[in-house]
Amino acid sequence: MFLRPNLYTSYEEETQMLPTYTKKVLAGIAIIVLFLIPFDVPLITASTDLPVLRNIPVISNGIPPLRFLGDSSWLRAMDEALMFAIAALGLNILTGMAGQVSLGHAFFMGVGAYTGAVLGGVATSSVWGWSLPIWIWLPGAGIGAAIVGIIVSPVAVKLRGLYLAIVTLGLVFIGIHMSNTNWGKKLAGDPGLGRDFPTYDIRLWKEETPLVSIDDDGTWFGFLDVTDNQKTYLFLAVLFLLFIVLAKNIARTRTGRALQAIRDRDIAAEVMGVPEFKYKLIAFATSSFFAGVAGALFASFAGKLPASQFSLALSVEFIAILLIGGVGTVSGTVMGTFFVVLTPKFVESFTEWLADKTEGDGIGAKVADVVISNGSDQGPVSAATQTPGYPLNVFDWNLVLYGALIIVFLIFEPLGLYGIWIRIRNYWKRWPFSY
Amino acid sequence: MARLKFDSTEPSHLVGLALLVGGIVFSAYQLATGADIYFTTLLKSLALGSVYALIALGFVLIFKATEVVNFSQGALAMIGALFISFMVADENLPIIGFFWEIPNPIYQLGGPEWIRWGLSVIVALGFAALLGLVIERVTIRPMIGQPLFSVAVITLGLEISLRVLANDAVKISFRSVDAPWGNGGFNIGAGFVNWSYFAAMITAAVAFVAVFFFYRSRMGISMRAVARDQEAAMAQGINIGRVFAIAWGAGAVLAALGGLFATQQPIKQTGAIDQDTSLIAFRALPAVILGGLDSVQGALIGGLMVGTAEIYAGQYLSGYTSVLGSGYPLIVPYVVMIIGLLVKPYGLFGTPEIRRV
Repeated sequence: MFLRPNLYTSYEEETQMLPTYTKKVLAGIAIIVLFLIPFDVPLITASTDLPVLRNIPVISNGIPPLRFLGDSSWLRAMDEALMFAIAALGLNILTGMAGQVSLGHAFFMGVGAYTGAVLGGVATSSVWGWSLPIWIWLPGAGIGAAIVGIIVSPVAVKLRGLYLAIVTLGLVFIGIHMSNTNWGKKLAGDPGLGRDFPTYDIRLWKEETPLVSIDDDGTWFGFLDVTDNQKTYLFLAVLFLLFIVLAKNIARTRTGRALQAIRDRDIAAEVMGVPEFKYKLIAFATSSFFAGVAGALFASFAGKLPASQFSLALSVEFIAILLIGGVGTVSGTVMGTFFVVLTPKFVESFTEWLADKTEGDGIGAKVADVVISNGSDQGPVSAATQTPGYPLNVFDWNLVLYGALIIVFLIFEPLGLYGIWIRIRNYWKRWPFSY
Repeated sequence: MARLKFDSTEPSHLVGLALLVGGIVFSAYQLATGADIYFTTLLKSLALGSVYALIALGFVLIFKATEVVNFSQGALAMIGALFISFMVADENLPIIGFFWEIPNPIYQLGGPEWIRWGLSVIVALGFAALLGLVIERVTIRPMIGQPLFSVAVITLGLEISLRVLANDAVKISFRSVDAPWGNGGFNIGAGFVNWSYFAAMITAAVAFVAVFFFYRSRMGISMRAVARDQEAAMAQGINIGRVFAIAWGAGAVLAALGGLFATQQPIKQTGAIDQDTSLIAFRALPAVILGGLDSVQGALIGGLMVGTAEIYAGQYLSGYTSVLGSGYPLIVPYVVMIIGLLVKPYGLFGTPEIRRV
């Protein structure tokens, strides 16, 4: 077995989650890193403080030494990536596995968010809310979205390809409009400001002090100080792992095989005894469930959110995640999510770094002066976050680069990050031979 | 024309018949009670339908030639309208990222106002076509042979980048397109009709007639051949790259015209470009889908149907705003589209995809 990892003698072996030793080891390392990220691990922090590294000018000049994130602003970006990964895994079931392109994922996220808000939120004079604990509202959000998915699917099953994509795009607009109606405002609150969403605190029922408080700083095991950000991250990381296992398992089961058969050739699948309608309905329901849970997590992470946030741009982000990551694979989807969600953060910190550079002199400062405007000089990008018109503010600059990145990526690597990974893997498998 | 034969076993025909009868009864009742309002609403809906049909025509031209749904049509519409605004209203033209400016030659010209305006629009449409060509060459040409869905997502990426850049241009300054007909019009009884309605209708009519004749020219025939089968067209010696380029250039011009009318009545009161201008393409998508993605007459009929539904719903259902929510006419096109697709999954005139085992 150890010598011939690709020799499968049974069906169970072939479909197991982590078939090779490399994958087992890599997955183990990834899980350990995932849970260590929010802490300052003393060993790693100390090693980056070595004199050798300290003498490299780039590191001593402002770039923080390599370490895990601790309680930094990057942790929030990571949280977002974890939530979006859950939603993207859902879209991967629908689009990657069953081949049904949907631009309505943001709509299902919104449905989940407001189901969760009604179940778990606090009632006021203008919005509904039943203040139920998280173990009800989080699954409830998923189930609510899944029910809406089932209601929509009879329309969706009749359509294929771009017709389906555009109809689901219509759902997004209809959904945002519905939050503006009188009864929609009871769910979504004021159209401009939004409503308060429930917090992540884990309670048994409606008692005053939560069983596990996630929104307050605390100390674990008597010695480990954890902030609320770190707790939120760990909570989301656990959910993220749960949903990865769920998505992987769906891909291995009868349902997953049926969905893939429908994607590859729907008539052939039906001839072989795969009921198309039933499995497309299952795909819609499952995908909406994932989206609903992610939407509820996203909304309560934001705290307060207008319904217009669940817009077409969000749906497009998920399609971009799938295509950049590589359609149809769980690991590709996860890689794509981290890439798409974290890239704007990198761009942002790069711009901040450039803005600092303009103060100095030398070639770096000259380059920075061309790109960045600090107010008086005319670069295309402004260092201030709120500038109307040209020069572009950092936020708009992020969006422009994000759009450009999608284009460049798909032109040069149509298979996505997963394609790059396959190429690297094959190179090392065949090394030292080139083919 | 066997398609138009009535068949009582076909559900779509029954739905069509019901709609027709309902429409005639409704029209007769409204004509008897308030003919002036009914007529102005009709003109308004034809105008809106024409704008939707213009944009839908852009989608269809590009889709027929390249099999790509161009989601960046809205951004192109907004940029086209911006080009028009620059040519019409600015003494100096900004070049590339507003780094330097050159004097605007048309602004210096004398002569009647409307000639100067027409000239600026033509030049601006030329720039829009150029932009379409550049986009096609840089982002679409390398993707020939790749999955169609990847190409559609490339246009979504284009939409994001271009829309943000265009939005930044209108964030501080009021960008008017200075249409010569202004906000003027005339009254029919209690209803008011804008001149811009007629401008939109005439433009759409000219565009459709032009496309009709273009499809009968040599280039148009090769375009239709490419739409049928790319490889077979290539084997006949048709230059596919040129067909792609012409489709995108024409698509960008139609988008720019759509953007121009998106700033006019009945869509906007102000006559200025704002951040909603790029949304016009998403509002026109139901027209494309309802008519069928690959049909020119579908674009026209779908556009008129969707525009009519939107304006009539806005006019005659306004008593129910408390139930439907304010701004409900904007989602009427999507509702019409979903109901229409339930009956005909490939639109009214779309070619059903042939499914093989």
